[in-house]
Amino acid sequence: MILKGINASDGVGLGRAVCVREESLDYSSVPYSGKEAEKARLKNAMEEFNQRTAAMAERIREQTGPKEAEILTGQITMLADPFMLSQMQEAIDGGSCAEAAADSVLGMYADMFSGVDDELMRQRATDVRDIRSRLLSILLGAAGVDLSALPAGTILVAHDLTPSMTVGLNKENVAGIVTETGGRTSHSAILARALQLPAVLSIPKALELIEDGDGLIVDGGEGVVVLNPDVRTRGEYLTKQKDYQEKIAALEIYRNKPTADADGKYYHLYANIGSAAEAEAAAQSGAEGIGLFRTEFLFMDRTSLPDETVQYEAYHAVSKIMAGKEVIIRTLDVGGDKAIEYLGMEKEENPFLGHRAIRYCLDRPELYKVQLRALLRAGAEEKNIKIMLPLVTCVEEVRSARELLEQCKKELAETNVPFDKDIDLGIMIETPAAALIADLLAQECDFFSIGTNDLTQYTMAVDRGNAKVEKLYTPYQPAVLRSIRNVISAGKRAGIPVGMCGEAAADPGLIPLLMCWGLDEFSVSASSVLASRAQIHRWHEKDFCRITEEALGLSTASGVAGYLKATVNK
Amino acid sequence: MVSQKVKVINPQGLHMRPAQVFVAEMNKYDSEVTILFGEKTINGKGIMQLMASCIKMDSEIEIRCEGPQEAEALEAAVKLVESGLGDL
Repeated sequence: MILKGINASDGVGLGRAVCVREESLDYSSVPYSGKEAEKARLKNAMEEFNQRTAAMAERIREQTGPKEAEILTGQITMLADPFMLSQMQEAIDGGSCAEAAADSVLGMYADMFSGVDDELMRQRATDVRDIRSRLLSILLGAAGVDLSALPAGTILVAHDLTPSMTVGLNKENVAGIVTETGGRTSHSAILARALQLPAVLSIPKALELIEDGDGLIVDGGEGVVVLNPDVRTRGEYLTKQKDYQEKIAALEIYRNKPTADADGKYYHLYANIGSAAEAEAAAQSGAEGIGLFRTEFLFMDRTSLPDETVQYEAYHAVSKIMAGKEVIIRTLDVGGDKAIEYLGMEKEENPFLGHRAIRYCLDRPELYKVQLRALLRAGAEEKNIKIMLPLVTCVEEVRSARELLEQCKKELAETNVPFDKDIDLGIMIETPAAALIADLLAQECDFFSIGTNDLTQYTMAVDRGNAKVEKLYTPYQPAVLRSIRNVISAGKRAGIPVGMCGEAAADPGLIPLLMCWGLDEFSVSASSVLASRAQIHRWHEKDFCRITEEALGLSTASGVAGYLKATVNK
Repeated sequence: MVSQKVKVINPQGLHMRPAQVFVAEMNKYDSEVTILFGEKTINGKGIMQLMASCIKMDSEIEIRCEGPQEAEALEAAVKLVESGLGDL
């Protein structure tokens, strides 16, 4: 059976399905087996919890760092509370099964924590609820999938791919990813491309159609999944997989070449990363810098704010790995699809138009300054860090951020802490408002970087995660193309560099247009660096200018797409 | 039984990390450990109540120890709290 989805990450993977399903934690049909038996069940489950949690903590310590692992070791300490155990045992004495005892006592503590007037303590409620659900799932024998111990050739099938799932993922054994939700620019897609795994997203009811152990083929380039393929189909896809791998190998000749067009004009080709750990891969991919370091991942999968030291270490590590090359770090971009529980953000009717990104940060200066200080300090040695503000819509936002930055510099100078006093402050251009006043904004900041994913979403007024309207969501829309052209030209007139860190920067069809308009820097996923360099190498100025003129003469997105595809694939 | 009053000097109060340090140390001693904070009576060997009591900076708490190692336990407890529990 052929299942159609969204092509989110290139490559062909063949393997067997491992399904990640939401577990049911309903224990209403669990019988009461007597005091001693229930207490023994509880004790065994707690031991199992401790073992699993310690193993998870160890993996996180190796992959992310000791501070992140502390969250999990803290949970072990919390569950080891002898007084809490006696409360659970009392409940069992009163006729509750182990599940009910654990649920009620942990639930009480969760409520207790969520009711206190100390924000830091309230965040502990998240930990207690996490302990509760994991302990219940052990008691109920809901196996859960251990993503660190997947068999070789696994095709991961899930509702959604979350950052926390990828923390423990054993990438070598995963041949592909299939999800029920998400578009090309969803976090699942970005994560899959960062892991360089073929992925097809948005297959409705994938978890109902696919069973554990089913044979699967994932064609990430076409957005096709083949369920239980016959021998002939498998053979065809094995050939396709081989071709793809050869194509990737052929790009190797570009690894050590400079990024220049056919006339010898140079461009900067950078990589986008989402964690300090990806910087190494980016450096190896042939990227000449980091055009977008998303810092949200530093704030996710934890129960309290990362302090200045944690942040400093992450930024400093990337600065060191990329020594001599630019690292553009985007400040916290939360809200909308990336809510972080402990920040206490309210639920909003319209999160994408709400209190998010720079708007949220400027209203929480005590929190934002921690990040700004960490950034200033992290660039002290290499002087290669640049600060980028997300979702700017007006000049005041840049001025307020700069004011906070100056305050931080003053504080650091007073305490004799080394920092980069000349650090550049730039902005993401990702709203129609910013694109329209790019000339005014260019007077206020040191660089622009165009975020085409959000710019397309906001310009076209289309939810990029909604499959029903996704067809409107394309940077080939004349409205988006004109917007990009205007921003680049405003940056050029003001004499500041203009980069692009959205998906469009790696699009072979758009690369000639961006070259023609004078884009200085292309920032793409690590897996697209060599292919993008190969595209840039193809074009002479006279060709990319002609292509741009003809493309802009077309009045529909489908017209532009068709024209560019035909021209670029020649 | 022995007891002593002591002031909490951690800037963020007895949050996760210092509470963890305190509880781990107290469990080494053969002694009951009780913390009196305002009207609350807290089991000093269990982290949950200790954290949920939200003991903030500058609060005064009374530590009571009772058992074979009560003196050693109290001395260690007071020393830990006065040193900032590794937070400073």
